[in-house]
Amino acid sequence: MGKKTGSKLDVEKIVRDRAGGRLPERIVQELVEKLEEYKSKLDRKKVEEIVDLTVREYESRLVDPGEPVGIVAAQSIGEPGTQMTLRTFHYAGVRELNVTLGLPRLIEIVDARKTPSTPMMEVYLDEKHRHDKEKAMEVAKKIEHTRIENVASEIIADLYTNSIRVVLDPEMLEDKGVTTQDVVNVIKKMNIGNVSVEDEYIIVVELKEEGDLSYITRKKERITNAKLKGISGIKRAIIQTRQTENGEEYVIITDGSNLAQVLKVKGVDPTRTTTNNISEIENVLGIEAARQAIVNEIMNVLQNQGLDVDIRHVYLVADIMTHTGRVRQIGRHGVTGEKESVLARAAFEMTTKHLFDASVEGREDLLKGVTENVIVGQIVPVGTGMVDVYVDARGMMRNQSSGSGEGEA
Amino acid sequence: MSYLPQSTLKVLEKIKFGVLSPDEIRKMSRVQIITAETYDEDGMPIQGGVMDPRLGVIEPGRRCPVCGNTMHGCPGHFGHIELAKPVIHIGYVKQIYDLLRGTCWKCSRILLSEDQIKEYLSLMERLERLFPNLKPRLIEHIRQKTAKVQECPHCGAKQKKIKLDKPTNFYEKDKGVRKLSPDEIRARLTHIPDDDVRLFGIDPKEARPEWFVLTVIPVPPAQVRPSIMLETGVRSEDDLTHKLVDIIRANNRLKESMDAAAPPIVIDDLWELLQYHVTTYINNEVPGIPPARHRTGRALKTLAQRLKGKEGRFRGNLSGKRVDFSARTVISPDPNISINEVGVPEEMAKLLTVPMRVTPWNIEEARKYVMNGPYKWPGANYIIRPDGRRTDLRFFKDRKALASSLTPGYIVERHLIDGDIVLFNRQPSLHRMSIMAHKVRVLPGKTFRLNLLVCPPYNADFDGDEMNLHVVQTEEARAEALELMLVQEHILSPRYGGPIIGGLQDYISGAYLLTTKSTLLTEEEVMDLLSVTDYKGELPEPAITKPVKMWTGKQLVSLFLPPNFNLRAKTSVNAGRLKCEDEDCFNDTYLVIKKGKLLAGVLDKKSIGAQQPESFYHWIVKEYGVDYARFLTDNMFRMFIRYIEKHGFTMSLDDVEIPPEAEERIREILKEAEEDVAQLIEAYRKGELEPLPGMTPEETLETKIMERLSRARDQAGEVAAEYLDIFNNALIMARTGARGNILNLTQMSAALGQQSVRGERINRGYRGRPLPHFKPGDLMPAARGFVYSSFRTGLSPVELFFHAAGGREGLVDTAVRTSQSGYMQRRLINALMDIRVEYDGKATLPDGTVVQFSYGEDQVDPARSDHGKPVNVDRIIERVIGHEL
Repeated sequence: MGKKTGSKLDVEKIVRDRAGGRLPERIVQELVEKLEEYKSKLDRKKVEEIVDLTVREYESRLVDPGEPVGIVAAQSIGEPGTQMTLRTFHYAGVRELNVTLGLPRLIEIVDARKTPSTPMMEVYLDEKHRHDKEKAMEVAKKIEHTRIENVASEIIADLYTNSIRVVLDPEMLEDKGVTTQDVVNVIKKMNIGNVSVEDEYIIVVELKEEGDLSYITRKKERITNAKLKGISGIKRAIIQTRQTENGEEYVIITDGSNLAQVLKVKGVDPTRTTTNNISEIENVLGIEAARQAIVNEIMNVLQNQGLDVDIRHVYLVADIMTHTGRVRQIGRHGVTGEKESVLARAAFEMTTKHLFDASVEGREDLLKGVTENVIVGQIVPVGTGMVDVYVDARGMMRNQSSGSGEGEA
Repeated sequence: MSYLPQSTLKVLEKIKFGVLSPDEIRKMSRVQIITAETYDEDGMPIQGGVMDPRLGVIEPGRRCPVCGNTMHGCPGHFGHIELAKPVIHIGYVKQIYDLLRGTCWKCSRILLSEDQIKEYLSLMERLERLFPNLKPRLIEHIRQKTAKVQECPHCGAKQKKIKLDKPTNFYEKDKGVRKLSPDEIRARLTHIPDDDVRLFGIDPKEARPEWFVLTVIPVPPAQVRPSIMLETGVRSEDDLTHKLVDIIRANNRLKESMDAAAPPIVIDDLWELLQYHVTTYINNEVPGIPPARHRTGRALKTLAQRLKGKEGRFRGNLSGKRVDFSARTVISPDPNISINEVGVPEEMAKLLTVPMRVTPWNIEEARKYVMNGPYKWPGANYIIRPDGRRTDLRFFKDRKALASSLTPGYIVERHLIDGDIVLFNRQPSLHRMSIMAHKVRVLPGKTFRLNLLVCPPYNADFDGDEMNLHVVQTEEARAEALELMLVQEHILSPRYGGPIIGGLQDYISGAYLLTTKSTLLTEEEVMDLLSVTDYKGELPEPAITKPVKMWTGKQLVSLFLPPNFNLRAKTSVNAGRLKCEDEDCFNDTYLVIKKGKLLAGVLDKKSIGAQQPESFYHWIVKEYGVDYARFLTDNMFRMFIRYIEKHGFTMSLDDVEIPPEAEERIREILKEAEEDVAQLIEAYRKGELEPLPGMTPEETLETKIMERLSRARDQAGEVAAEYLDIFNNALIMARTGARGNILNLTQMSAALGQQSVRGERINRGYRGRPLPHFKPGDLMPAARGFVYSSFRTGLSPVELFFHAAGGREGLVDTAVRTSQSGYMQRRLINALMDIRVEYDGKATLPDGTVVQFSYGEDQVDPARSDHGKPVNVDRIIERVIGHEL
């Protein structure tokens, strides 16, 4: 290294001397790193030239005051909407899972719906469980919501003997990790009658009370839907391998979502586990996490469709949705509906309602936003329209003959 | 005169909303309208009718009896109608309902104790000051609380239940049910004290509750509801006028019945009718009552309908306005004009004008325009004298005299000429690049001409697209258009920080063919190519000197590159058999530019294409500026087109033909797949098919078949590609990224493959079969929409049907998508439009609310970023030392 130039080149010192305070630390570090790489081809002058160029370039890239970044962001996300598909897709690698992507998903996100049309979780596991398929399966079985229906091949209501027969499917029991005794215990707990095991896989429930057909069918329904184990909302849990910074590890993908409960399960890594249900993230992890979730979900949709959109636009959308401390919808029940200006709201949707309400409340529209000023025919307060010149125009006209006008703040 | 426009002296600061009180309505009224008659036999408006001249003049030549102005000056004046009995205002029914439920029927006080009233008032005052967003929550709380109270805390009266029978009938339920007349309601509302009113979220200064029950209604000026003359000479009145006549008629009948002391039932009926007319006058789409209709059966457009919706006053006339000085016609391509020019038909140039202020320096020019007049380009259509009087040159005989009478201070509205700045737009205007400023080139013909390179930002093509043009009229607007909106300022898209303008289609094929290794050009050819550019320097040393001097295409490209430009990059053709990882590339697919010389590699989509970030063209724009970028598009790119023009480039049937042995192999592959599918079906029928987790056997079978068939199609495509010549024109287009892809070629030469509807094989139609050509339950590929034929061989009738079924889904999808994404974008724009960057880099709303403390977390403008990065350090190093690597 540094053979050509003879002397040792202290790249870092040159960079810090020349760019100190003028470049963000991240860029300084990247610059030092990359320059070290090419050290053999560089001399002091070249390094200085590169650093100066970097500083000059960086400083020319900052955003201009007044830039209507909101409109640019809305256009940048809205415009590619026309190029998106409407169909749902199979989740990468897992054929049985459907995920909504493309335009419908994007609309769902900006609508801030309480539940997505295809809720899903990615459950990461802790050190003990993530490298072993068996242990991962164990956790998956704990998470998956299992009802008696899922392990029974048949449930028969017998009106004649006033009993209900539950015929279990041995394969399914095995698959879900449930024993006949587990099922018996669950039914016993319901306290609706005398439970006995007829055969290894047949359970008979003699009902305590006599009843008509509708009564017995109701009880049958109760047994069918009785929860054996797992977390409600998680319809299915599937094991996948994934390359991460921990090397190859096992990850559980679920159909259905229940973040609060899943995080409590032993073996789950709560720091990395996530869901596509933004409202759950808001409730469990808070508004900052929800904001990040919105960013992740939108970027995921856009990338999946092969659309190139700068993340800053997505940040801005996520921030306008969350900056009040709760997730607000982009639309009449959220961001737009809560606008201060009567005219802006009236111009968007439900025109007459906003006008009537404003008249009753004796509201004032201070004409500070873009729409209001378009409506009254004034200059909009963004971009070059943000600039104000403080001049006493009348005074100027008065003084025109006598000389220069006087400025007034 | 000052150069300050009058308008800058008057700035609207705020608009206050409120409800008109009966007194105000009477005060602003110039005439009480008492008769339903409009005109007498002579067609003269009747005094005291809805067309009373005191409501404003709209006929030319007449003077207003109130303000003395002609139709241009008279703003119109209100009248009023005194109602015989009060009626409910439909817009305030909810407020009336809340007030009636929340106040005592006897003493009209709010149903809260004095202490509570005091407490809530002070809370409300604090909320208004500190958290105005929370005020509605408090009001809702009070509303719910008061509605539940059983006994009045003030007078102790037992409360009765109020029922609202939509839209306008109120009932009181005690022992029996009794209807509350508007009279009674009004009386109760009148007695509610101001402070109590405030607790319902109503501002008593601007809206006293009793005003929600109408006793007087204002009659809008004639200007608001002009009547139109049909060709037959029949007068046709505005919908509002019709409705007003209805109201007066009902009102007068009610008054007469009351005077005649008619039985209460009759009076109530007439009262009801008056209520109906007043309601529909305000809003003709109230649920629960039939809309008032015109004689023809069309529902009338009354007040609310005028404001509402896309074509309503707000969205149709206030947020978006119709403008003068605009034009629209079909667009057509012209590669010979600059990207920032637009070709305007002469005919249009003669109608669109630019106001030109006469000065000592341009007076001769101005005289020339005036002398040419309105019909000879370049002329002028109007002149405006310093006192503001306009002269229409169409009707002025002695233009010569007029021209010589011009002095500085006159304004000449001259025709559009070359170099004028105009705004050019194509709908849908989805992003800011949909409206850009161009410089005018007046050209013969009847279409707008635009350079092909600006098609991507407009998303335009020439299959009949039309575009709009606007001529900016003021100096400020021109300056902003020139500095901010000119085409080259928008080469870089703010969406992803890369160029959105760039080569497409023939530009890319042309660039590839010109820069490819095998292209050698004679002196004559070089001269021809350079003749379409502005190149003025010497020719470089020829690459070959004997037997004749020959130049390479790379040498020509290098003539246009900046002398210190370095770049190493992969090309689009760098794929498959021609893959190269570094500059040591035998296939000539790795682009190397050192010190402004194109040394190796070809130019194709990855380097000069539109929407290609971190490409050759992107770095040129960033490092040498947008004007240099425009220089390249107007010279180098034009050379590419010239080359492909001379070279000749097409695609024929031969380009997709493959030899018989290839066809044989493809048939073989498809047959194999068919056999595999047959086996799968067999296994499924026997129940031996192992179902995939979470799937039924049927779904498993379908998935497996689809997988197998798509593999077969890919294999067939690979075979076909093997046999295609590498200099096959279709393949060149696909490889360079100019147009089409390998899949398209496969479908043309090998087989179309599986057609699908909703992601499934085609299975709809008859019971168990899509078409009667198959047996019910036939699951073989042919019966479920697999197309064995290629576009070259042609499709069988059944195959064509399947293909059409699949194709239609795409069309429906597009139609649904545009409306959905359009609405989403409208909402996004509405939610975000007020955000701007402050001087300190914050992203804020106009009231000062901070949305981001630092825009985008690093304050970098995405449009100026290197594909999202603040600075691309690798590129900077390459710029400085790239030629030594």
